[in-house]
Amino acid sequence: MFEAIAFYLFAFLTISMFYIAVTTSQALYALSALAAGMIFISAFFFILGADFLGAVQIVVYSGAVMALYAFGMMFFDTTREIKEKQGNKAIVLGLSILSAILVGAIVAAPIVGNNIEALYPMVEGAGNTQEVGMVLFTKYLVPFEVAAVMLLVAMIAGIVLAGKKMDLSLTLMSEAEILMMKEEDKNKKALS
Amino acid sequence: MEIGLNHYLVLSTILFAIGLVGVMRRKNLLMLFFATEILLNSVNISFAAISHYYGDLTGQMFAFFVIAIAASEVAVGLGLLIVWHKKHNNIDLDSMSTMRG
Repeated sequence: MFEAIAFYLFAFLTISMFYIAVTTSQALYALSALAAGMIFISAFFFILGADFLGAVQIVVYSGAVMALYAFGMMFFDTTREIKEKQGNKAIVLGLSILSAILVGAIVAAPIVGNNIEALYPMVEGAGNTQEVGMVLFTKYLVPFEVAAVMLLVAMIAGIVLAGKKMDLSLTLMSEAEILMMKEEDKNKKALS
Repeated sequence: MEIGLNHYLVLSTILFAIGLVGVMRRKNLLMLFFATEILLNSVNISFAAISHYYGDLTGQMFAFFVIAIAASEVAVGLGLLIVWHKKHNNIDLDSMSTMRG
């Protein structure tokens, strides 16, 4: 009973938050709605008994990803209203057909998968975090290490891409220095 | 009333459709990234639900790797976006059609 109430409440909240994130024309509203939706999604993980996944969802999405987006938005002009594409009839039709096929396939999927046996069944008498550790560090050790290397590569790529000219500060430079820097940039662009 | 696997799958489909609509109709690249996050999250819900109802931990493992990929995608994508914004002073999708055939 309580599971049903919690499911419907959080389903309504998540859908409305993501709907706002997709339709609003203010970047700041979209960011806040997305962060709220991420936290509500972690509630489903807690209902489903995947405690560790829910905690990771809150830490990674609401903590890291949203902070990164908020940091990135400082670079862009977010006060400006976001322009939308003109509605294309063919795309809308194609998308609705695709969504309908998706709904049909997803509802039919458990019928096909009736005789599936668990490959790594849940361990009796162990908490979710313990189970996750037991499977992650035995069967999925290589993907885990590869994911770690991928995150390292992404971190270095982010630093290299976004960190250009970070050692210069426009507020600490005099007007003449800024003008000189702009001239240099123009010359560089003209050459290349 | 019992909440079954189908409930979670339908919810995941609805969220995926919302994300798909966002990907198709947004012009601003930052908003496009937000819609991508919605797509990845809706898939995570169905992974966790299947993992719970079949008593198998593989679904949760896949959800972890999806989260890791989403985090690195954001790091690299935002870096590229900042470079583009410094060069052209806008992040509209229509301004990136230089490779159109």
